[in-house]
Amino acid sequence: MTTLVKTEGISKEFSSVRVLDNISVEIRAGEVFGIIGENGAGKSTFIKILSGLYQPTAGKVWFDGQPVEMRTPADARKIGISLIPQEFNLVADLCVYENIFLGEELVTKRGFLDIASMVERTRKLLAELDVATIDPSARIQSLSVAQKQMVEIAKAIAFDSRFLIMDEPTTMLTSKEVEVLFGLIGRLKAKGVTVVYISHKLKEVKRICDRVMVLRDGEFICLEDIAELSIDEMARRMVGRELKEIFPPKSGAPGEVVLSVRNLSVENLLYDISFDLHAGEVLGFAGLIGAGRTELAETIMGLRQPKSGTIALGGKELQLRRPWDALHAGLSYLSEDRQGSGIITSFDVVRNVTLSSLQEYAKPFISQKAEIDKTKFYADRFSIKVPALSARLEQLSGGNQQKVSLAKSIDTRPKIIIVDEPTRGIDVKAKRDIYNFVRELAQSGLSVIFISSELEEIIGMADRVLIMRGGRIVGELPSEKLSEEEIMYFATGIKGGL
Amino acid sequence: MAVSARKKLSLDKYGPLIALGVLVVASTILYPRFIELQNLLNILRQVSYTGIIALGMTFVIISGGIDLSVGSMTALAGAFAIVTLNALTQALSSFTPMWLGTLLCILVAALVSIAIALAAGALNGILVTKGKIAPFIVTLGTLAIYRSLTLYIGQAGEFRSSNSSYGDMGMSVILGIPLPVWIFFILAALLSFALTRTKYGRYVCAVGSNEKVARYSAINVDKIRFISYMIVGLMVGITAVLISARLNSISSTNAGKDYEMDAIAAVVIGGTAMTGGKGSIWGSVIGAIILGIINNMLNMLGVSPYLQGLVKGAVIIGAVSIQSGWLTGGRTEK
Repeated sequence: MTTLVKTEGISKEFSSVRVLDNISVEIRAGEVFGIIGENGAGKSTFIKILSGLYQPTAGKVWFDGQPVEMRTPADARKIGISLIPQEFNLVADLCVYENIFLGEELVTKRGFLDIASMVERTRKLLAELDVATIDPSARIQSLSVAQKQMVEIAKAIAFDSRFLIMDEPTTMLTSKEVEVLFGLIGRLKAKGVTVVYISHKLKEVKRICDRVMVLRDGEFICLEDIAELSIDEMARRMVGRELKEIFPPKSGAPGEVVLSVRNLSVENLLYDISFDLHAGEVLGFAGLIGAGRTELAETIMGLRQPKSGTIALGGKELQLRRPWDALHAGLSYLSEDRQGSGIITSFDVVRNVTLSSLQEYAKPFISQKAEIDKTKFYADRFSIKVPALSARLEQLSGGNQQKVSLAKSIDTRPKIIIVDEPTRGIDVKAKRDIYNFVRELAQSGLSVIFISSELEEIIGMADRVLIMRGGRIVGELPSEKLSEEEIMYFATGIKGGL
Repeated sequence: MAVSARKKLSLDKYGPLIALGVLVVASTILYPRFIELQNLLNILRQVSYTGIIALGMTFVIISGGIDLSVGSMTALAGAFAIVTLNALTQALSSFTPMWLGTLLCILVAALVSIAIALAAGALNGILVTKGKIAPFIVTLGTLAIYRSLTLYIGQAGEFRSSNSSYGDMGMSVILGIPLPVWIFFILAALLSFALTRTKYGRYVCAVGSNEKVARYSAINVDKIRFISYMIVGLMVGITAVLISARLNSISSTNAGKDYEMDAIAAVVIGGTAMTGGKGSIWGSVIGAIILGIINNMLNMLGVSPYLQGLVKGAVIIGAVSIQSGWLTGGRTEK
């Protein structure tokens, strides 16, 4: 097989921190090339260089035997390289065909938009991808996540891309949609398109990739045929050591009731929610996406107003009209949407950690020393890896961002903390760190509400699990009865009535 | 690459200061009398009026808003100051001792000016936060409203003070430095401290950076925004007193004209991001001085006053394009 892309000694530094170190690799035409590694391993930086978003600090890129210098994504696209980013780049208010031809619109001889041709070509493109069910004139916002993904792919190959980079394409997909995607990758491959596939999900990598490159801390670890690597071996090479016992042992009997929610309802979202949370307990909330778990958390945090029902803390009923009411009552929330509502990416580590607890440091003027000391404490305790405490959060990996977010949530010294999808999009090691911290918090007497869509971690972490569906609690399982099947029975409505 | 990243960082921080230094040197070479103390004090006095407003504007812009109504607001508050002053001067004409009567007149007039401007700022703040209307639209509306009120009260004429001590105060010089310059720098020091070392200052940056994160972090976003408009109001009230005292009058048609332009320009030239989230009070001070020096030089070099707006406009656009990295080479990396 011929080499399509070759990198030679690619390195990248940010503020003199080396995030990618001397990567030389050849990617063959027509293969599915996997890249795996923990968060912060340099995968994203590597593909951003390949797609023109970043310029390397050192090193060269060859494409089809020619040295290329890509200063913008448009340069990359011109020579046939397309990136499908983790977060979609589609304009929600425009139609499918408008998005596909965005910036490359077809025009008639008179200079007007040639809508008919664009719709027709979009239809052909979608048919080629075997997703003819998507209407070229449908608005993006009306599509499902998987359909949006397909539109991204259609957009990427619309202009003869020979080199397609997919960054975590299956994060938001259901298993059925993943199958559709894999079918598509197979067809692209048959057409001679080269695919770079980045994922945390090693099973998928094993299934779809021909070869896989492992990166760790910005360094090249190995490049192997997929047949040479078992999933365990991939995980081992990613973290550089044995991974065992990912979940900490559960604690014993929980204490008395701390929080009791009774008959809580929110217009069109939550119906008649009642449950108790005990001291030192990790209470899991399982359910499918859209079951109402995040909405419940937001209601408890004073971010949404209930229509009826009560929330009592230590026997005393709370009036939670505003987020600060919840904060003062001793409640804290780690949002599922890290960058959207958890941390400020343009703020440095220190200012993020103290954002909710600034009162403690401002008496009445902010003591920067106290802030920094506290941040150092968290960086140490949570093993947050930062170039400097003054680094802006956008410079950190997802796992480290999440740890900062967790530090921020517990710096308000809560009695109860709600963690919502606490390990979404972060690597195995950071995950294990977070599991340990959550368990330590519970052991120190805090109560934890643990919301997660990953059944494995709910089972591994929770002392007790409540399952939600359609805005209601439909089932409860004690720790010893937990299994993926049992939870899914309730989550999908096979058990639990209604 | 690492070196250039550091360079860029320091350019962010010290860019306005470097620009000021270059401007001072260039001005001195072009026109040696520029550097004379009297000329420099004159420039500082000229910039202090809109400079004080720019201090408040810095908070509004960092929080993600804008206030276009500051010029009309200055005229309205100044008009009320003079009306109050004249009424009180008459009422207290036989008050003894006389100096106390005069002091009282001026003090009350100043407080009325500040109260009016605070009320105007509060109206802006309420419309933005409770009314959920875009700040640009709200303050465009109140710009017209406040000017119209001033014109109506003054019947499009001039409010003249009948108390000469007021004018004396406006012209006063303490330890060789004009009163407005003192006030400008004292307020700058206080507000800079407020921005960097108080909860409020931190929250302003948070709200401007990411409102949703701020809300989820239990920050009262509406309150932070509202207060930023009140700070501008306070600054406008103070400026209205200083400028009306300086002229011992306020023109209902012309007072405060283009103040919004000068104040916003000072903030932008000073390096505060129009997109909100970060900025610096001392940057705005430097921005105001840069604008003042440019005006001064254009006058000294005999450039037509009609062309001065052209230069000012070009400087503002240039400052913003440097901020967005257009002139310094490419996009800013995340």
